[in-house]
Amino acid sequence: MKVTVKLFASFQTGRFTKEVRQYSDPTTIGHVIQELNIPADEIGILLLNAVHADLQKSLQDGDVLAIFPLVGGG
Amino acid sequence: MTALRTYLNDSAVDGLISWSQQKAAAEEFKLTVAEVEAVILQIGLLPVRYQRNQQMISTIQQQQLFQSKVAVVGCGGLGGYILEELARLGVGRIVAIDPDAFEEHNLNRQLLSTVKLLGTAKVDAAVERLAEINPAVTVRPEKAAFDKLNGRELLDSVDLVLDAVDNIPTRLDLAEVCSQMDIPLVHGAIAGWFGQVVTVYPGDDSLQKLYGNWTGGKGIEAQLGNPSFTPAVAASLQVAEACKLLLAEGRLLHRAMLSINLLNMQIEEVSL
Repeated sequence: MKVTVKLFASFQTGRFTKEVRQYSDPTTIGHVIQELNIPADEIGILLLNAVHADLQKSLQDGDVLAIFPLVGGG
Repeated sequence: MTALRTYLNDSAVDGLISWSQQKAAAEEFKLTVAEVEAVILQIGLLPVRYQRNQQMISTIQQQQLFQSKVAVVGCGGLGGYILEELARLGVGRIVAIDPDAFEEHNLNRQLLSTVKLLGTAKVDAAVERLAEINPAVTVRPEKAAFDKLNGRELLDSVDLVLDAVDNIPTRLDLAEVCSQMDIPLVHGAIAGWFGQVVTVYPGDDSLQKLYGNWTGGKGIEAQLGNPSFTPAVAASLQVAEACKLLLAEGRLLHRAMLSINLLNMQIEEVSL
């Protein structure tokens, strides 16, 4: 299945901004993050098709996943 | 007060009162410059300092801003710019909250920090700076770390809060206290080239969503640090949101996050 992955802020560095990626079914958001070598403790909000989602959520063909880091500085 | 009104009306040129006239009126009537400014705006005159705020901000709106009380939680990178912009905008009462004193590593970005002020409490620097910019603004310094215990007292009678904190747990506490006290909150956070701004109404769970995966420690700012320009950008966006909230104008980032990437010059709004 094809999933559009959008990365934000520092997660783009060494990876990409937006990519349509191929995954086997079933795949969770957690798998995608692991595959992209994004450290779990840096994950902020996850939006699946513009709706708040968690790491355990399964993906479907055509989904759009946006991954943001935790930004907390002032 | 009638005498003061007459005095001001006689002093005004094209509806404008200069700073020296405002100061002279305060001396003449044994009032503070803030008390005189309240009357200036009440009778439809405008201090010259706000001339360039118009026509974007009407005199009535300028009065609304002057009557507003806003708390800035954190007086560092974001907070320094926020305080500066609120005072120049003409927000009449500001509560500046921060537990720290300036350190050398603040100098790369924190507007209120100077070599001379190293070791000085950030809230004291804020009082001094804002008095230099706009003496009609009343600043209440609170040298304290915001938490759930002191929060209600610190934010007492405040119309709006700006989140300029430097850590995630305090941001979550702040969001909770603001929601309980029915106060809108303008959140801003930065890390390196990146920043985010969200406007939170009481009852929203935007920050709880934003930091829902947080388990401890800092965000990506721990690795990326913060340069001079990112806080200025995020803080200015926060003050624009604050201005609109106080004046009930425009469209706000309600249940939405503006994500700012200055490295690749991408600004994106996402629903929360």
